[in-house]
Amino acid sequence: MKLKITTAAVLLLGLSAVSGQALAACPTKGVEELTGAGATFPYPLYSKMFSEYDKACGVKVNYQSIGSGGGIRQLSEMTVDFGASDGIMDDKQKADAKGGAVLHIPTVAGATAVVINLPGIKSGQLKLTPDVLADIYLKKITNWNDKRIAAVNTGVKLPDLTIAVVHRSDGSGTTFIFTNYLSKVSSEWKDKVGSSTSVNWPGDVGGKGNEGVANSVKQIPGAIGYVEVAYAKQTKIPWVQLQNKAKKFLEPTLEGAEAAADVSSLPDNMEIVITNSSNANAYPITGFTWLLVYENQTDAGKGDAVAQLASWMITDGQKFAAPLDYAPLKGVAQKKAMALVKKIKVNGALVMK
Amino acid sequence: MARDEVTVETLNRALAGVRSVSASRQVVNIGDRVFYLIVRFVALLIVLLAFLLVADLFRGAWEAIRQFGLKFLVGTTWDPVARQFSTLPTVIGTLVKGFIALLLAVPVSIGSAIFITFYTPRWLRPVISYPIELLAGIPSIIFGMWGLFAMVPVVRMIQIWLKAHFGWFFLFDGPAVYGVGVLSGSIILFIMITPIITAISKEILLTVPRSQFEGMLALGSTKWEAIWKVALPYARVGLFGAVILGLGRAVGETMAVTMVGGNSFDLIHSLFDPVHSMASQIASEFSEATYSLYVSSLIYVGLVLFGITILISLLAQFLIWRISKGKLALLD
Repeated sequence: MKLKITTAAVLLLGLSAVSGQALAACPTKGVEELTGAGATFPYPLYSKMFSEYDKACGVKVNYQSIGSGGGIRQLSEMTVDFGASDGIMDDKQKADAKGGAVLHIPTVAGATAVVINLPGIKSGQLKLTPDVLADIYLKKITNWNDKRIAAVNTGVKLPDLTIAVVHRSDGSGTTFIFTNYLSKVSSEWKDKVGSSTSVNWPGDVGGKGNEGVANSVKQIPGAIGYVEVAYAKQTKIPWVQLQNKAKKFLEPTLEGAEAAADVSSLPDNMEIVITNSSNANAYPITGFTWLLVYENQTDAGKGDAVAQLASWMITDGQKFAAPLDYAPLKGVAQKKAMALVKKIKVNGALVMK
Repeated sequence: MARDEVTVETLNRALAGVRSVSASRQVVNIGDRVFYLIVRFVALLIVLLAFLLVADLFRGAWEAIRQFGLKFLVGTTWDPVARQFSTLPTVIGTLVKGFIALLLAVPVSIGSAIFITFYTPRWLRPVISYPIELLAGIPSIIFGMWGLFAMVPVVRMIQIWLKAHFGWFFLFDGPAVYGVGVLSGSIILFIMITPIITAISKEILLTVPRSQFEGMLALGSTKWEAIWKVALPYARVGLFGAVILGLGRAVGETMAVTMVGGNSFDLIHSLFDPVHSMASQIASEFSEATYSLYVSSLIYVGLVLFGITILISLLAQFLIWRISKGKLALLD
């Protein structure tokens, strides 16, 4: 009898502990809705995450994928609870943000594939070095039978075909990551063109969105372009192997993107573009996408809810990343992201202990 | 009997009312007054909105206007990294695509409008004109998708052929053949504006008095002569308006040209070159324009586009004025 009571008591305790835990994971404090706006690149993932989060915690997140620039502007005007961006805010944007210091909390990493249309050449068969890729985009290498391409592709029969360079014509985070990479591997690219969501391209054709680039590459023999890996996979466009910083040739894969984010030298504020990563297994054109959150929140309920959401996204929410071809955060990257979430304050008091 | 008296009395009263109205036009009906106020209000509202729009464009573009001034209109660089913006290549790209589209669309649309009006039996007209009007209502993105996936490959084949046989002519020369570019953009615009011009032209040709047309036939003219010498001159002002409306749509079109235009910021040299349009440039870059001068420059592009639209409409007004005064009579 006594034993029974004890068991019951233990059970009850256990139950309350469980429900207490569930509450601790989702303390909504009466906030049932959050609004966010920004990057389009992580939108498929975010919409999956937010629908799962709604089921788990009963907080509805309205996310408008209006582009990173728009996300930054709306955050600056404080019309949304959080922003999202594929790029880092520059100094002027940070100064313009009405709510003070903005935390860049990475959620996932994504890789950009370099895709081609070369008759007789299969996906992953062609190899490119960073300097060759940069010179193709600088229009200095204009034919596929160029000596420098042949040098790293022994055994591959390269056609005598003019290279048609295709780029994104709409401003995009993908372009930012791609041009950031080219700026890192080619000083000439850095001086002449530089890195931004949209740049003054030396050539040729601009396509709107991933679909515009992919379609132009598919239709023009001899074309080269760049698209998000998920898109290249779905549409089965042949991609190339790229040489990374450790001189290793790699195809764009999730593992390669995960490795790019897994380096010990990540800064605490995570404001780093991880292109050309030093990890030996890193695919070089990889970048984070960030949540933008004010460090000092003014609304206690919302501040708390945003911190809980961000924390869930970089822990429990990560399991939704890989099936959608985003690279989940691992190791140091995840720890540092969590440390940033813990910096969120409401009127000076830390939200998460 | 009683009913008859009532009717007569009512009639008399009504007649008296009519008389008093015609005697003095001062009688104010409250419903009339309200209606007048409403229409005056909406008319003024539109004028006010137009002014607010221009004012807001100026306000938004002010930073870029101060920075670049009128050099914005003649420069050829669009470089968000170096923070240098100017718009000549896109202005030229927009106008060239618009005019080529018009060149293709005018004969086709007016021709089909003539066919529907003068050669099709009345019962058959809706069968032909309904699909055309339906085409006018298709959203631009659908044209864009179709253009990108179905039309561009065909245009590319045409380009390859043109380059092989007429490559010596500068219009058909290019460093490479991309499919997307000026030619594709023009053709998609041509397909988009043809239904509009056709639909309006048809309505205008239907207003040509049958008596005039038949009179000409009675005088022994052929049907062709009656159309060419009576119907078209009678309808020319309206037809001209229809064409200008088509040009307006071509210049302002965004989505479809973005998808097939190739979207390059360089000056064009041939029909094969890829080039941006102003509206598509604004739509493409606005969401990721990350600093205020960038946004402001895009709004400046919008202001220039607005100015071009006004210029086109003024030019049209001028030409219509000339035509209707008979100085530029089409067919004398």
